[in-house]
Amino acid sequence: MGLLSKKDAKLIMDPLSDDNPITIQVLGICSALAITAELEASIVMAVSVMFVLGIGNVVISLMRNIIPSKIRIIVQLIVVATLVIIVDLVLKAFAYELSKTLSVFVGLIITNCIIMGRFEAFALANGPWRSFLDGIGNSFGYGLILILVGFFRELLGSGTLLGYKVLGDPIELTGLYAFGYENNGFMLLSPMALIIVGLIIWVQRSRNPSLIEDE
Amino acid sequence: MGLKSNLHSLKEKYKGTKLAPAFNALHTFLYLPNETTHNGTHIKAADDLKRTMNTVIIALLPCLVYGMFNAGYQHYLALGEIEATSGFFAATFWTWDNLIVGMWQVLPLVIVSYGVGLAVEFLFAVIKGHEVEEGYLVTGMLVPLIVPIDIPLWMLAVAVIFGVVIGKEIFGGTGMNILNPALTIRAFLFFSYPTWMSGDKVWVHGAVERDQMIATGESLNAISGETILGAYAQNNSIAYDYWDMFWGLIPGSVGETSKFLIIIGALFLIFTKVGSWRIIVSTLIGALTMGLIFNGVVDAGWIGDSNKFYGLMNIPFWQHLIIGSILFGAVYMATDPVTASQTNKGKWIYGFLIGLISIMIRVFNPAYPEGVFLAILLMNVFAPTIDHYVVQGNVKRRMNRLKVKIN
Repeated sequence: MGLLSKKDAKLIMDPLSDDNPITIQVLGICSALAITAELEASIVMAVSVMFVLGIGNVVISLMRNIIPSKIRIIVQLIVVATLVIIVDLVLKAFAYELSKTLSVFVGLIITNCIIMGRFEAFALANGPWRSFLDGIGNSFGYGLILILVGFFRELLGSGTLLGYKVLGDPIELTGLYAFGYENNGFMLLSPMALIIVGLIIWVQRSRNPSLIEDE
Repeated sequence: MGLKSNLHSLKEKYKGTKLAPAFNALHTFLYLPNETTHNGTHIKAADDLKRTMNTVIIALLPCLVYGMFNAGYQHYLALGEIEATSGFFAATFWTWDNLIVGMWQVLPLVIVSYGVGLAVEFLFAVIKGHEVEEGYLVTGMLVPLIVPIDIPLWMLAVAVIFGVVIGKEIFGGTGMNILNPALTIRAFLFFSYPTWMSGDKVWVHGAVERDQMIATGESLNAISGETILGAYAQNNSIAYDYWDMFWGLIPGSVGETSKFLIIIGALFLIFTKVGSWRIIVSTLIGALTMGLIFNGVVDAGWIGDSNKFYGLMNIPFWQHLIIGSILFGAVYMATDPVTASQTNKGKWIYGFLIGLISIMIRVFNPAYPEGVFLAILLMNVFAPTIDHYVVQGNVKRRMNRLKVKIN
């Protein structure tokens, strides 16, 4: 990346793999379990978090020298809440069906640990440009896992991807279903999302043993 | 050169290579290991893990054979080709026709269960470089006994892979697992493919197929193999008498219908000291207690007969033991030494809660007409906690005794 210095590029690239918010820091699990039954919802959630975290990080970073540290949590909450309400209203206006699927979880972005975590750990101590990169990087890492989980859950659970019947039609018995294949109902339940996240963590740590904590 | 020396030379040849565990496993499975250890204290005993596992398998075999005959019997009964019979030694039950139908359906389940499960075990042993563990021997026999007769084989294979990897291997293999692998497999099947695991069609061989043929326009009579619990849940009358339930002439999962043979298996396990009688007895006590509570609720008139729980609550409490698979679960599943409580007092608590929760789920949740496997899995999770408090309580009591003496 010629555009970014090496240190800046690290802000984007680290959260994608070795410092992933979900699989390494184990933050934001709640939404990863709740809304990943469909790929579309996962993508929208990822984009929403990217919007909130990217802009929120910049705002907090700009205000970092004037926020009294005693009330910084409240200030952070107000910033997140404002951004989340914007996202919620936009979704309701332009993608009403989707916002019904995501239901309360858009509002719950406020409580997503990743966002408050990045505000606290990064934006309060760094300039706006680096904070922006950090926000984008972390929400990329978050979204990547969300989309991965959503992909497997929708493919194996409903036999569709983004609503398209990629495995054939279960009622007309075409495609794979002609051979007796059936959708796995367990994939649509939240425990399976936890297991998939666990499997991703397993794969990641066996590929990179330095991530394994000492006992 | 006999088979033994052939195997031995093969084992020597692959010593130190990646595939060594696989050949070692084959050798120890067929023969005793011919290495002896030389230092340390030795306890000489005839039983090892393999012997323990084999004892359980022997205890399961009658259920498996009975399950084969019963599969054929239920099939022909549903088709109307034979008359309903009663008693354990009925002539129309122990026939070749029944056995052939049953074997044709049950043996593939056994083969898939063992083939896939052992393949996963071998794979993990080779990757992790340790010996293949005996743990799957019992699981592989339990799995075919706790699934419906017509379950598609690929579903079983997927579930076995899931159960062995997620239920056992990621915790470190045999002896380290928290959940009973066989029940993990059943839970996976139940939540993944509910249409194949519950309802009134799956328990009799051919019923699902018959339904599909009717759907395509053939004029046939549908087969119904409604289970007793299903009938009770809908306040329907029961077509079987208690002796049918006891001997096992009822539709159900392959191996769990004959309470008589399960009791014989239980006695065998208790006699050989492989299964814990404390767990078996306390599970049954728990089930009876919950049954009595529900009977009391009905007797006190707190719910009317229009209540949706009335049918199941009204079952006389002792009948809970011969309906469904509580007995099978208590004898073969709850007693799994790895996942059960280890302390004696803990075993009583563990078993009692399994019985209690099983009947509670059975009555209160019509979506899960058989809650035994869920209850056992739940208590598997709590078993270490129970043990912890039992041990701590013991420590505390002894400390108090010590203090009294000092004073």
